[in-house]
Amino acid sequence: MTEYNFAYLDEQTKRMIRRAILKGLAIPGYQVPFASREMPMPYGWGTGGVQVSAALLTPDDTFKVIDQGADDTTNAVSIRSFFERTAGVATTTATSEASVIQTRHRIPEDALTENQILVYQVPIPEPLRFLEPRESETRKMHSLEEYGLMHVKLYEDISRHGHIATSYAYPVKVEGRYVMDPSPIPKFDNPKLGNMAAIQLFGAGREQRIYALPPYTQVVSLDFEDHPFEASKADHPCGLCDATDSYLDEVIIDDQGGRMFVCSDTDYCTARQAAGHKGKDAA
Amino acid sequence: MIQLKDVSKTFTLHNQGSAVIEVINDVSFDVAPGECVALTGASGAGKSTLMRMIYGNYLTQAGTIRIGDVDIVRAEPREIIALRREFLGYVSQFLRVVPRVPTLDVVADPLRALGVPADQAQERARTLLAQLNIPERLWSLSPTTFSGGEQQRVNIARGFAHAYPTMLLDEPTASLDAANREVVLSLIEEAKGRGAAIIGIFHDEAARARVCDREIDVSAFTPGLSSSSEAVGQTQETAA
Amino acid sequence: MRPLLSVQGVSKRYGAHIGCADVSFDLYPGEVMGIVGESGSGKSTLLNCMAGHIAPDAGKVIFDTRADGPKDTVTMSEAQRRMLSRTDWAFVHQHARDGLRMGVSAGGNVGERLMAVGERHYGDIRGKATDWLERVEIDATRVDDRPTTFSGGMQQRLQIARNLVTGPRLVFMDEPTGGLDVSVQARLLDLLRGLVRDMGLSAIIVTHDLAVVRLLADRLMVMKSGRVVEAGLTDQVLDDPQHAYSQLLVSSVLQV
Repeated sequence: MTEYNFAYLDEQTKRMIRRAILKGLAIPGYQVPFASREMPMPYGWGTGGVQVSAALLTPDDTFKVIDQGADDTTNAVSIRSFFERTAGVATTTATSEASVIQTRHRIPEDALTENQILVYQVPIPEPLRFLEPRESETRKMHSLEEYGLMHVKLYEDISRHGHIATSYAYPVKVEGRYVMDPSPIPKFDNPKLGNMAAIQLFGAGREQRIYALPPYTQVVSLDFEDHPFEASKADHPCGLCDATDSYLDEVIIDDQGGRMFVCSDTDYCTARQAAGHKGKDAA
Repeated sequence: MIQLKDVSKTFTLHNQGSAVIEVINDVSFDVAPGECVALTGASGAGKSTLMRMIYGNYLTQAGTIRIGDVDIVRAEPREIIALRREFLGYVSQFLRVVPRVPTLDVVADPLRALGVPADQAQERARTLLAQLNIPERLWSLSPTTFSGGEQQRVNIARGFAHAYPTMLLDEPTASLDAANREVVLSLIEEAKGRGAAIIGIFHDEAARARVCDREIDVSAFTPGLSSSSEAVGQTQETAA
Repeated sequence: MRPLLSVQGVSKRYGAHIGCADVSFDLYPGEVMGIVGESGSGKSTLLNCMAGHIAPDAGKVIFDTRADGPKDTVTMSEAQRRMLSRTDWAFVHQHARDGLRMGVSAGGNVGERLMAVGERHYGDIRGKATDWLERVEIDATRVDDRPTTFSGGMQQRLQIARNLVTGPRLVFMDEPTGGLDVSVQARLLDLLRGLVRDMGLSAIIVTHDLAVVRLLADRLMVMKSGRVVEAGLTDQVLDDPQHAYSQLLVSSVLQV
């Protein structure tokens, strides 16, 4: 612990990031620019989330990292061990025990509490980016609330597929003001964004943006009156824990077309199995 | 209805040594409702120039030209546009239209501009085209491809689509056969009958004698070189 | 009657170069005005000053807003100005690709302005988009095709539909027929004439094509070196031009 400052980043950097976080909390959904640092991992591996976590962590925190809902993927394991080594904080895989949860592409199935903070890793924070490539123009659109273009994207979806085919990174409007990219979470998770007890922070390292949702914020998924938003998921129960209310991953199990659906939230699934729930594919 | 007072016009040719050419000098006359006045004078005397001044197509340097309540010489463009739409009709010698627009719509256009519904305007257009012996199979075609006589009749149909209180007719019977000439003359008599004030140019003396109440010899107001004045104006015809 | 647009002393300089200088005029509801002049005469600069794309150095551009009556669009907030440009103004670019989203379907292009002003019913938006495609003579079956698959004339008509769908009152057009085949031009001109008449639009058309203004414009302004040298009724300016430059311009056109 003598080689690094606590939680890797120097105190001035953490202060700068905290300021961005506070500003983000004050203006829910607004993308706050920040001076993103080089981190000892490549862009795309969660550098934004890691910097936000580093600025948040205190020695008393318990830290959890999930990648697509799983605690045991390479990325989750590396980030967890990164903070074990640089901050010496306790880590856990149990959602309910964590005070700070860093996540890539999922919101845990268990409802979070006011004592928890959820940190999202964000690849592209700008929801308008693929329709309007000019940053100067998208900033102006946000400042003037010109969001017609966002619906053009959904319109195009329906005209091409007959329904809104956007299934992840589904755009939301925050407190009736800013349109926000919720990071590439499945749209199944969108309803959990709104009115959540925990603080939600979004960090985009390469794009140098932080944005936030304070507790109990109104978050509405964009849609059309005649094509309302639907939080869809695969229509199966979990093959391991038999849950019918969780988001599922499809796992290919052989080269004969065999497959199974399992909870993407490994902690949720494990806890249910421990409590005696058993799916059709459970050993 | 139409009143010209001390009207004069000069052309200044800036790109030809700023030559100033006087074409009309001090014309005054009135035309009453139901009256048709012929402009006469040798070719080049300035008949068409004067008619274009009355229509607002040529700028008048001095005097007043009153059509109803509007002084064309001092009116704003939008006042002249409104006057032309509602009050002042003009049948020129040449047809100028947007290519590819069907004849029926060309004739109905002045009524459409007045806000008459499309079906009513087209009904009136059909009546006139039939009256002027334009074969029905041509109505859906653009008149740009028609013969000179046919174009002239389309032009007349267009000019008479709306019952203008004042009208300017530039050679309306030129290049028409006897039957169609008769139709045009009766249209003019009909317009006079409903009280229209008309100024016309007719080379056709018999036609002039039949429909015109008075003649005004324009050469009396053309200073000196009467033969070159016609050449001075643009050869392009105005948008009807 | 009150002018829809009142331009008062508008000037714009680019360093030592004059874009346009001290231009003033009133445009009344339903009027169509043409602005002609050679390249560099300042007509596009003027158009962009009026449409709020560039800020003039001096002068006022007063627009008769629906809600609050005449307001200077130069000094109003950008949010207000951009709102006007979505609801009350239309801008038809010379190159359709400057005014269209080439990666978005024809229906999406037309529907964008509707969605921008808050329409949220997919069926209605698509219905209106389809209607407008037909009004500009594009087959309704092309509603889901991208403009990249359209001909130049169709792209231009799509741009017009996209602009007019929200029922604007003032249309700015920058060389709307430039770069199109002559036969395609005629069709477009006829379409524009009909739309202007039927919707009661006011329009300002910048062009160097005198035939276009003769057919579309009630009034004409001739510009040279950033200044208005002559203005008046279109056919009067074209047939009896008074200023030396206007005479030169008119006499320079090749007669067919």
